[in-house]
Amino acid sequence: MSVKTLKIDGKEIAIEEGATLLQAAKEAGIRIPTLCHLDGITDIGACRLCLVEIAGINRLLPACVTEVSEGMDVQTNTPKLKEYRKMIIEMLFAEGNHVCAVCVANGNCELQDLAIEMGMDHSRFPYRFPERDVDVSHDEFGIDHNRCVLCTRCVRVCDEIEGAHVWDVGFRGAAAKVITGLNQPWGTVDACTSCGKCVEACPTGAIFRKGATVGEMDRDRSKLDFIVTARELKQWTR
Amino acid sequence: MDKIRFATVWLAGCSGCHMSFLDLDEWLIDLAEKVDVVYSPVGSDIKEYPEDVDVCFVEGAIANEENLELILKVRERTKFLVSFGDCAVTANVPAMRNMLKGADPVLRRCYLELGDTTPQLPNFPGIVPELLDKVRPVHEVIQVDMFLPGCPPSAPRIQAALEPLLRGEKPVMEGREMLKFG
Repeated sequence: MSVKTLKIDGKEIAIEEGATLLQAAKEAGIRIPTLCHLDGITDIGACRLCLVEIAGINRLLPACVTEVSEGMDVQTNTPKLKEYRKMIIEMLFAEGNHVCAVCVANGNCELQDLAIEMGMDHSRFPYRFPERDVDVSHDEFGIDHNRCVLCTRCVRVCDEIEGAHVWDVGFRGAAAKVITGLNQPWGTVDACTSCGKCVEACPTGAIFRKGATVGEMDRDRSKLDFIVTARELKQWTR
Repeated sequence: MDKIRFATVWLAGCSGCHMSFLDLDEWLIDLAEKVDVVYSPVGSDIKEYPEDVDVCFVEGAIANEENLELILKVRERTKFLVSFGDCAVTANVPAMRNMLKGADPVLRRCYLELGDTTPQLPNFPGIVPELLDKVRPVHEVIQVDMFLPGCPPSAPRIQAALEPLLRGEKPVMEGREMLKFG
């Protein structure tokens, strides 16, 4: 396999061909903020938080789905990128109904953490207050669409790791939402193995364990390794 | 030097931010040496928001006509206005009624559908302020000079924001201790 050499934030990096800029940055110890990325599942470039500037390319590219190439000169943390990332987080907050104060994931939420990291102290975009529903028909888990950011980590983890493909994205534009089965109540979808991988994968409090109340949904992010290793270890349920 | 004319107002919120403010405990005594509390639900008994206020902390979202009237007056009469807590900054829990689309459906839901005994709509014009159709964060209604999120902002966070303001400096709003919502 051939090796590509490139520069990220001025740092010389050599990495195998086919690697993404996100992988290259990680290897070099450079943190690029992500939300829809989850180790072990396919990247889709949905959230745009990992956008980077590349010399000679007049648009911003998502690091998670951009392959390294020879001689690339990449900037990951310019004032322009910082401003866009902050705007993305503000838009995510304004787009859904994210009420940290009454959320199961308060204090254990990747969206909340990113807001802190980006220095968001308020949203410059007016809140939409969309009408969204909650499905608690499943015995163990629930989904609150108010808190969903459409990262589709649940969709990918269920399809690619569990192989059940219970989750998918339904509808279009502002009406898009993650659905279970053929947009049936989650509890009635026979394909669901109740493995809980979607619960672990969800970055916010959208998919939660029933019985958890405000701030109680303590996801142990180190256990996300399970999502990657489950297949080899034959851990079909947990 | 003249004392800083300091005010706090309480709009559509639970008063938790003000309770957190009172959690400053003995530091309130130090604060009292530096400021004149010219208007505050927890610090004075003045009914009319005065002129020439230097710093005002605003708790709560804009949910009814009284909130709206007061915030316009507060903005006009205040040099430096701080959105104090998540309800002021994001509209937070009071805005969860926005999903019902309008004041009328909210009142019907609360007072008729969920009214256990003698369900009736509250209606006392001039006494009970009318609900606005949409609850909004303070900065969507007036210009805000600083945001202090948190539900509520902890006493140390409030102190860390107030101390620089008392010296005439803007606090550095960065990191989990100063910015975390909820």
